[in-house]
Amino acid sequence: MKTQNNKAWFFVLPVLLLVAFSAVIPLMTVVNYSVQDSFGNNEFYWVGLEWFQEVLASERFHNSLMRNLLFSGLILLIEIPLGIAVALAMPRRGWGVSVCLVLMALPLLIPWNVVGTIWQVFARVDIGLLGHSLAALGVDYNYTQDTFDAWVTLILMDVWHWTSLVVLLCYSGLVSIPDAYYQAARIDGASRWAVFRYIQLPKMRRVLVIAVLLRFMDSFMIYTEPFVVTGGGPGNTTTFLSIDLVQMAIGQFDLGPAAAMSLIYFLIILLISWVFYTVMTHQDSDSVTDSRQGGNHQ
Amino acid sequence: MRPGNGYWRRIVWQTDMAKITLNNIAHSYDSNSGHALKPMSHEWHDGGAYALLGPSGCGKTTLLNIISGLLQPSEGQLLFDDVDVSTLPTEQRNIAQVFQFPVLYDTMTVAENLAFPLRNRRGPDKLSNTEIQQRVQQAITMLGLEAMANRKARGLSADDKQKISLGRGLVRTDVNAILFDEPLTVIDPHLKWQLRTQLKQIHRQFGHTMIYVTHDQTEALTFADKVVVMLAGEVLQTGTPQELFDSPQHTFVGKFIGSPGMNILPCELQGTQALIDAHRVTLAREYPSLTGVIELGIRPEFVYIDDSEQSLPVQITGVEDVGRHRIVRAMLGSHPLDIIVPEHQTIPTAPRVLFDNKRINIYQNSQLLGWEHPS
Amino acid sequence: MLELAGVSKRLGNEDHIRDVSLKLERGSMNILLGPTLSGKTSLMRLMAGLDQPTSGEILLDGKSVLGIPVQKRKVAMVYQQFINYPTLSVYENIASPLRVARVAKASIDKKVRHAAELLRLTEFLDKRPAELSGGQQQRTAIARALVKESQLVLLDEPLANLDYKLREELRQELPRIFSELGAILVYASTEPSEALLLGGNTATLHQGRVTQFGRTIDVFQRPADLVTARIFSDPPFNTAPVTKRGTKLMLERFVIGLSERQASLPDGDYTLGLRPWHLEIESAARLSAIEGRVSVTEITGSETYVHLQVAQQPWVSLSHGIRQLDVERTIPLYFSAENIYLFDASGERVLAPDSLAD
Repeated sequence: MKTQNNKAWFFVLPVLLLVAFSAVIPLMTVVNYSVQDSFGNNEFYWVGLEWFQEVLASERFHNSLMRNLLFSGLILLIEIPLGIAVALAMPRRGWGVSVCLVLMALPLLIPWNVVGTIWQVFARVDIGLLGHSLAALGVDYNYTQDTFDAWVTLILMDVWHWTSLVVLLCYSGLVSIPDAYYQAARIDGASRWAVFRYIQLPKMRRVLVIAVLLRFMDSFMIYTEPFVVTGGGPGNTTTFLSIDLVQMAIGQFDLGPAAAMSLIYFLIILLISWVFYTVMTHQDSDSVTDSRQGGNHQ
Repeated sequence: MRPGNGYWRRIVWQTDMAKITLNNIAHSYDSNSGHALKPMSHEWHDGGAYALLGPSGCGKTTLLNIISGLLQPSEGQLLFDDVDVSTLPTEQRNIAQVFQFPVLYDTMTVAENLAFPLRNRRGPDKLSNTEIQQRVQQAITMLGLEAMANRKARGLSADDKQKISLGRGLVRTDVNAILFDEPLTVIDPHLKWQLRTQLKQIHRQFGHTMIYVTHDQTEALTFADKVVVMLAGEVLQTGTPQELFDSPQHTFVGKFIGSPGMNILPCELQGTQALIDAHRVTLAREYPSLTGVIELGIRPEFVYIDDSEQSLPVQITGVEDVGRHRIVRAMLGSHPLDIIVPEHQTIPTAPRVLFDNKRINIYQNSQLLGWEHPS
Repeated sequence: MLELAGVSKRLGNEDHIRDVSLKLERGSMNILLGPTLSGKTSLMRLMAGLDQPTSGEILLDGKSVLGIPVQKRKVAMVYQQFINYPTLSVYENIASPLRVARVAKASIDKKVRHAAELLRLTEFLDKRPAELSGGQQQRTAIARALVKESQLVLLDEPLANLDYKLREELRQELPRIFSELGAILVYASTEPSEALLLGGNTATLHQGRVTQFGRTIDVFQRPADLVTARIFSDPPFNTAPVTKRGTKLMLERFVIGLSERQASLPDGDYTLGLRPWHLEIESAARLSAIEGRVSVTEITGSETYVHLQVAQQPWVSLSHGIRQLDVERTIPLYFSAENIYLFDASGERVLAPDSLAD
């Protein structure tokens, strides 16, 4: 028994060290910064929760947070239904499967900053294919000047980049449904909608939880793309929490407030993810208790 | 009140079952390979209980899929009550099916599962809520699912799930046939008995046409009025369980039906006697001299331990006590011979056996000779 | 010898195995018989060393094997699903445990061919598992377990996914195939008829507890209690509440005369048990008569199962010949009092049929 356990620890050790250096230690450093003030010379003064109060009271933080919430909300509202729809439209067997899978995987292979650069050029009014075409069609489009246009560009970019992740996850859920289910539904005279609602959606639920969480966390932490494409503008209209944070920490070197803000940022993501997870898996746990009770009846 | 009395059958559960005709049906999965199902013509009666029995790969599932509409036969027609349905999609054939692994709508309750096929109806066939409630309630009573009607279907036991699958067929008035694809595979032996008898009762009470696919002879024989034995895409014999037991028309049927199956011993015919190696067996009738491979078939049930002059010496290679009787594995010369010995009979160490000669079948090239129904 | 002493396994709030003690001899076939979720697989995992018991001791030849990881034990396992390496040929599949153990090449070849011979796989050695039938795939998995020359071979419902007739065939071969190995065989099954055909010893399992362990036919004929009798019966065991008074047994309004041996039991309430083939629907001399209402008849070709209601209990009669009986009709039923079992209020068996008297 002991030998077994020792061996197991040995295998887990590298991961533990990695996590310690990459997550736990930086996190503790951040916590340390967030409760102290410094005037250079490596002198630190204990300030308690002052930085937290300051960040939470600042309008700049509120505005960025609202932008983040709006952005993530829009992303989820577009990418999840679109991803499901594309997954449903994909072929189940034959040569088309691999073609679709490769096409879907392509955007995922491109790094964030490259995606940003591609779109920055693509959407430019003077030379970009999209921007120029729109201008030629008489659409008044300019993402560097117009807030709405900037948002549309960022959202389009994210949808283009990340919807395939949702597609692939949903597709994996769909292909795991045995044929007998579809056959039974046909026999029961179920409509296309009923098949989706009662067979496909329930079977996709587990992967959808993963898709929603991943897309939420990722979109809530968005940084590179707006940084590259809009630089947070026009004005502050695409300045998200992450951009704000970097400006505060590196631009203004306000380490204390930045540390407090990053901790708040982290807790918000944790909280919202937990809410999503609980709500989406709620029904599951319900039926489990249900079946247990049932077992006792028999 | 239990369903099944006159009122329920006539008024509420009036069902509209169909005769099923296979008219030269054949199927091949692609044009290069041979037939997965060789051309066959059969007529299955309205309200009959049929079993398609055979080993895996014999074509029984292919045939079932053709009837359900999952497959279109490459040749021939399928008729329901003389109407050609060969090209109709599944949803227009009005059939119900119970699959090998229970298929349920997990997010619905048991009652909602049962109501589902009725709620899907549109247009003139649409049922009112009260009607749906009523029919669902009746199916619940019929299947004994009262205790779990309002529970989620997920997490129920396998046998309950199969009952609900069956229930989705029973609630409908328009079913032409109920198809079963090895429905007891995932059920424990004790519950198999319950479910099988329940199925049988439902068939007797409501007279649905039922087609049951299985590789398990016990299930096929106990369930069906007529068993269709298949091998390699062909129907070898269609008959009542008794016919398959007494007069298997093909040596394969003889071996496949029965536990253990029929003893098939190569022999030579000499008038009223069969010669198995050097051993002489007296037959009940005289056979002309025949060419080809001649074999004698005798069921283990009709081989008796006996000490008379005509009995044959055998060597025992093993004895399996299965409780109600023993299966003696023996050799008659160079041929294996199974014998069933009743509960309390003693087995001598060097036994001799006698064949019940009224129960001997003679096969020429695997086909039964002079087949007549023993009454 | 593998010995389990007071082994229990608890996961969360659920007892998977409760206080199991078993002694399995080398070269013996041991069947774990019980319905789904009765603990057969959990028990096998404990024997294999895949799981550790919450309490109790597992000894192999008198030495504790707890804490010895499964890789270091000589254990082979065959599952219900046909588990083979899909990209390897049948030959390499069978050879794989030997390659892992770095056995000499010539020796591998000899062993693989011998195992293939025994399992009738010789002509398929170059094929891949996907090209084989289900029966052949399972034979490959069994051959792999065989060449490993394990001390303990665990077979977890190995025939459940096979056709009925293939099952019959392999069931007959299995004891012979493994007999030369001299290993401890453990075979999980849900089917009483399978246990009887395999012979050897049987442990009946119910809710994680072993209710009885002994020679298969003994457990079948002399079940220790009602639970065991029910687990080990197919077709189902007929039971009904009865009251004994003197030399008579009362089943509802019917009276059953008892033999002297049977009459020596104390008076009181019992549960009567009767095998379906001891319940006749035709009268014969010296038989007790009761009544039952017919619910269904099933014909198997040479025999008839009549399902009835007797004393509000579902009963079955199995008799030779073909009979069609009208449903819902009440018919007389006959049996010999010699063949009855009696169980006391706690479910313990207090009486076996006369022919089996201890």
